[in-house]
Amino acid sequence: MSTAAVIELRTAPHLHSGLSVEEIMRNVVYALLPLCAYSVWLFGLSALLSMVTAVAACVLTEHLICVASKRPTTIGDWSVVITGLLLALTLPPGFPLWMVVLGSFIAVGPAKMLFGGLGFNAFNPALVGRAFLQAAFPVAITSYTPALALHRFTSFIPSTFAIPLLKAEPLTAWIAQVRVDAFSGATPLVMQKFDHVTTDTWTLFLGTRAGSAGETSALLIALCGAYLVLRRMMDWRIPVAMLLGAALTGMAYHLASPALYPGPGFVLFSGGLMLGATFMATDPVASPTTPLGLWIYGLLMGLITVVIRFQGGLAEGVMYAILLGNALSPLIDRLTQPRIYGAQAKEAAR
Amino acid sequence: MSDPQPIPSCCGTAPPAPGGSNPFVNGLWKQNPVFVQVLGMCPTLAITNSVRNALAMGLATTFVLASSNTLISMVRKLVPKQVRIATYIAIIATSVTVVDYLVKAASISVYKALGPFIPLIVANCIILERAEGFASKKPVFASLLDGLGMGLGFAFALTCLGSVREILGAGTFLGVPLFGSHFEPWVLFLLPPGGFISLALWLVTFTTFRQIKARRAARAAAAAAETVPAGQLVEVRS
Repeated sequence: MSTAAVIELRTAPHLHSGLSVEEIMRNVVYALLPLCAYSVWLFGLSALLSMVTAVAACVLTEHLICVASKRPTTIGDWSVVITGLLLALTLPPGFPLWMVVLGSFIAVGPAKMLFGGLGFNAFNPALVGRAFLQAAFPVAITSYTPALALHRFTSFIPSTFAIPLLKAEPLTAWIAQVRVDAFSGATPLVMQKFDHVTTDTWTLFLGTRAGSAGETSALLIALCGAYLVLRRMMDWRIPVAMLLGAALTGMAYHLASPALYPGPGFVLFSGGLMLGATFMATDPVASPTTPLGLWIYGLLMGLITVVIRFQGGLAEGVMYAILLGNALSPLIDRLTQPRIYGAQAKEAAR
Repeated sequence: MSDPQPIPSCCGTAPPAPGGSNPFVNGLWKQNPVFVQVLGMCPTLAITNSVRNALAMGLATTFVLASSNTLISMVRKLVPKQVRIATYIAIIATSVTVVDYLVKAASISVYKALGPFIPLIVANCIILERAEGFASKKPVFASLLDGLGMGLGFAFALTCLGSVREILGAGTFLGVPLFGSHFEPWVLFLLPPGGFISLALWLVTFTTFRQIKARRAARAAAAAAETVPAGQLVEVRS
């Protein structure tokens, strides 16, 4: 190799875009960091500790599973860090840490590594972890605290340090002490659904409201998503289609009964729709690959989100909508295969 | 439905051949209806949300298995081949009716908790499988033992699942609180997904256990082979 020129013989593809899995994943982590910072500013130390715990638990789980199955460890590709961050960002800021660890284990163990690791996970791992927590601990996962509480940088939300296996103390007394305004910590979606109080769209857009740690600011999420789209590390069709689907469905409900259902602005910027559409629906493994398929996938998830919100018993439906979309994506892929040039129409349609 | 078959590939290793072993131990452990044969999944998943229900269901099934196996073995030479399944079902249905009234008499609350699953024992594939695969070919006493072993094996498996689900889902064991009043219940484990999750956990445990045992046996066999005189050694591994 040292002196003679070597003709290298390789199979296609001959041109490489230069992007590696590791680089893309690292950039997604960069894109998530502003959200994490904003979340810590809103909710304080508890949110920070929850993120650190989730990331540590996810990385450790993946490493231990790799070691136990005698494979080289895969924590170097950064994807597991994303799983940890996303899980923490979708949980309430004061969520008990032992449940965070349990959710991280479910996300990485059964939902990712059992399927074969990165590239084989049929469902977004972070959302599977969250779905498990939602089904197991329905009370804890809907105990939200107000944003911008007093003493948030010097003290923790008491439920953070709940003893493993035991219930956290109810937060009402603590919330009465630390709140700066009349808000009790109910999320805008809950207030809209159960008390018929619609939060002002501008507040939702900037994100100074109660909610899961990272879902609050629509503006910041859009900016972080735009960074990934501009660097061509994310397909813009999925978030656009999902938001469009949700807005159209919300519009239809709103026009049918304006008194009962809020307008599309509220639908778009409340709850976890922005976060889910930008960072979770776009999981490159669990989403379809054809351009037309991406549109169908996104629109369908937007539709399901709004239908769950307005018709279902839960206040928020983004998580289940995305998991359903993930389940359908192989089918969508199959149905939207482009016609192969020169092949018979019948064969191409399969 | 012939003699206990190795189940298709859902577990890594094929279960050991039943030939010659004690039918009681065979049913309880080696051919455990739930963990090895993966039969009777409907009651296994549906009514194991507490240890009490699991035990009651397991014992009811044991009674049906033992009595139907014994009766079928008694009449095995009298029944023409063409109507045997109908005969078996009539005998099994009779046992199920007996058990239905027994449970109702013993405890109304258990009866209500088990609901339609007691009459549904008649459709449990373990029972017809044991009738066709064992009792119709073997003498009465062996059939009784087989029914008891299979039934208790089923009860054991149900209790395993029930204890995981009750401890995590309600923080109790047989209704006795284990963690005090502040326990945070994992509601999921009382719901259907919890049944699937705990069944998977137990299957993993038992399969791993069997694989370790098989590997140990293979190693022992290899060690025995090494004691063969040097001239007779053959290359085992490539």
